[in-house]
Amino acid sequence: MSDVFDRVKKIVVEHLDVEEDKVVEKASFIDDLGADSLDNVELVMAFEEEFDIEIPDDAAEHIQTVGDAVKFISEKTA
Amino acid sequence: MFDLTGKKALVTGATGGLGGEIARALHAQGAHVAISGTRREKLEGLAAELGERVSVTPCDLSDAASVDVLPKDASEAMGGLDILVSNAGVTRDQLLMRMKDEDWETVIKVNLEAHYRLCKAAMRGMMKARWGRIVGITSIVGVTGNPGQTNYAASKAGMIGFTKALAQEVASRGVTANCVAPGFIASPMTDALNDEQRAAILNKIPAGDLGSGRDIAAAVVYLASEEAGYVTGQTLHVNGGMAMI
Repeated sequence: MSDVFDRVKKIVVEHLDVEEDKVVEKASFIDDLGADSLDNVELVMAFEEEFDIEIPDDAAEHIQTVGDAVKFISEKTA
Repeated sequence: MFDLTGKKALVTGATGGLGGEIARALHAQGAHVAISGTRREKLEGLAAELGERVSVTPCDLSDAASVDVLPKDASEAMGGLDILVSNAGVTRDQLLMRMKDEDWETVIKVNLEAHYRLCKAAMRGMMKARWGRIVGITSIVGVTGNPGQTNYAASKAGMIGFTKALAQEVASRGVTANCVAPGFIASPMTDALNDEQRAAILNKIPAGDLGSGRDIAAAVVYLASEEAGYVTGQTLHVNGGMAMI
């Protein structure tokens, strides 16, 4: 779990150019981290590559926070 | 200006006169081109003429599954995909009252739906690269209309609207989407016109002559270039003044 969180955090920090301490589980990509809808699509693409998984569109829609992403990826890669 | 060295371009409909000229022009500016079409031997002929920096990627654009994988095939063949030129198009002219569903569907599928599929498949790589150029070859008819071409005009107008929406979606990522709208271009079809028909057409063109494939190709080269990075969502009309929109 923590490994997934760290990797997700690294991608989010790099992609959205935000401070590391802002990337907490509850942080919403759009409301808290300044992402736009296109950033969300790109983050999902980056997660897919990093973890070598497929995130279907309907699942991607529900990934709103850092925690959502970590949870989805952890379940997928478990 | 307009140097395309190192860029990778996919051109559909490259077996046609217009597509061939577009491929030649992009290639002459230094791009690696992937040429696509349904007739492999014609593509091979063009590839032989161009020599280096060319890949042959045949595809039937009326087959959705083949269209979906074309950008990936082209990208693998060239080592990337920076420029997509959707040039392929078909006509099934008929007055609306006599038009068959099949005529409508084929034209929409090849001219509009294939463009949607190609753009979608090409977008991921362009977004990641923070650089991309989409050029759709539409038609003057998509803006002015033409009797007997409700299907064709709808497909070409559809491409223009699609381009404007896509341009807004991806502009912040260094990807532009534009159209080139040819007017009357010299082709085997216009060569077959008799003098009277030809005179009637020329009468409507202030420039007094038909356009050539090279006129269109030059517009594509511009829109594909680094220099056109601030131009997006536009339709560049190349028609000798036939319609000024």
